[in-house]
Amino acid sequence: MSTETVSLLRKTPLNQAQKEMFAKMVDFHGWELPLYFESILKEHEAVRNHCGVFDVSHMGRLRIEGPSALELLQKINANDVGSLKPGESLYSHMLNSKGGIIDDLIVSCLSPNHYYAVVNAARLEADKTWILKNNTHGASIIDESSHTAMLAVQGPKAEDILSRRLAFKEAATLPRFGAVKTAILDRPALMTRTGYTGEDGFEIIVSEKDAKAIWLGLVSGGAIPCGLAARDTLRLEAGLLLNGQDMNEEISSLEAGCAWLVKFEKEFIGKEALLAQKKSGLPSRLYGVKLSDKGVPRPGNEVFLGEKKIGVLTSATFSPTLKIGIGLAYLPADIKAGDDLFVSVHGRKIAAKAGPMQFYKGKIHA
Amino acid sequence: MPKNEECRYTKSHEWSYLDGNEAVVGISDHAQKEITDIVFVEMPKVGKQVSSGEAAATVESVKAAFDIYSPLSGEIRAVNPEVAKDPSIVNKEPHGQGWLFRLKLSRKEEFNSLMDWKQYQEFIKTQKH
Repeated sequence: MSTETVSLLRKTPLNQAQKEMFAKMVDFHGWELPLYFESILKEHEAVRNHCGVFDVSHMGRLRIEGPSALELLQKINANDVGSLKPGESLYSHMLNSKGGIIDDLIVSCLSPNHYYAVVNAARLEADKTWILKNNTHGASIIDESSHTAMLAVQGPKAEDILSRRLAFKEAATLPRFGAVKTAILDRPALMTRTGYTGEDGFEIIVSEKDAKAIWLGLVSGGAIPCGLAARDTLRLEAGLLLNGQDMNEEISSLEAGCAWLVKFEKEFIGKEALLAQKKSGLPSRLYGVKLSDKGVPRPGNEVFLGEKKIGVLTSATFSPTLKIGIGLAYLPADIKAGDDLFVSVHGRKIAAKAGPMQFYKGKIHA
Repeated sequence: MPKNEECRYTKSHEWSYLDGNEAVVGISDHAQKEITDIVFVEMPKVGKQVSSGEAAATVESVKAAFDIYSPLSGEIRAVNPEVAKDPSIVNKEPHGQGWLFRLKLSRKEEFNSLMDWKQYQEFIKTQKH
């Protein structure tokens, strides 16, 4: 990697602080972010048993406000944003008219007519184009991504560290998927009890000038700095999908195993297509694939039923918690949990079983 | 277990230790640090003929797979069964408990063309920017 290439990458407000902690940096969709610090396995384990902190400032952050904000959000979300009371968040999909997933996002209601959406970094521009196109009644859309930072503090000790070491008053009382505008370390912060690891945890949005103080406060409070590699193994164990890898604009929420978030009792873009798909039946859907024997599956490895190739792993890794290979694949919808499969790894066919997408259940109820 | 000074090294970071007409092969401490958390090692089959420079094993971390090249030509006589049980011993003791395989050499003279410890240390320095 030449230094010229690196200088073209976008940097978060924590870039320098992370390099000082010997982060191994990587290009993630044009952002220079830590892949890991010392050890992926140690970071993974820290989140499962203690607490880890991730810089997720690359993600997109949008404020959607005004009398028509809810109407706009209802139109572009498959989940029911209208069900949110102030101080609540939900996970949703933004669909195109064919029911394909433009992006997955978390929407929070801060107060009536004030909403906050967190979207994927690589999809921010596409999302904004889509939202503006559908903003027929003039809600105000404010992109806060470039002057704020975002940290994910995840693990069973997250509440304790934030409460005792960062003076976060609502740490104990904020419910799962709760959202609150408050202060940590005496700095204004938007806190949600959300995450992408399968553990309890919080996501913190602060001004970019406050990011370093909070990062250092968390690390000195005992949170282990974590990188993208552990984020990927943690989310995959928890059966959480990665946009662009496990879902895209050609795949519907139903195929992606997310029927639970689709609220047919309300109107939204893509509803007709999903209803039609529901009626005709799904040709394929996302399954969990768990290896029965040793080997490390990677995205792109082929999945076989007997001699017949029936799919490709969209995400795959060695599971540090289960100590076995796991992955996700779109397979014919008549495959049953427990069906015997093979995954081809380095040309070797390894026995595997089809099953649910979630490989690890944490102590939280999502 | 062989000392660093008793081994010879390759540019692809394998070490080998000469034991009569046979050699023990592993990866260097430098290599295990670069690879980080090793979670799986695919070993060659016992009895397989390998040439020097040929991919003989695969070491996998959480994020990636790395080919391990045989430093010498010969026949695989044994593979380390402990590594299959606990691949992390390659990280902990790359020169000791974490050895990979043992070869019966067909061209013993190849050993002399490998880097010695001092040359290998110099080589690693040139690899760093």
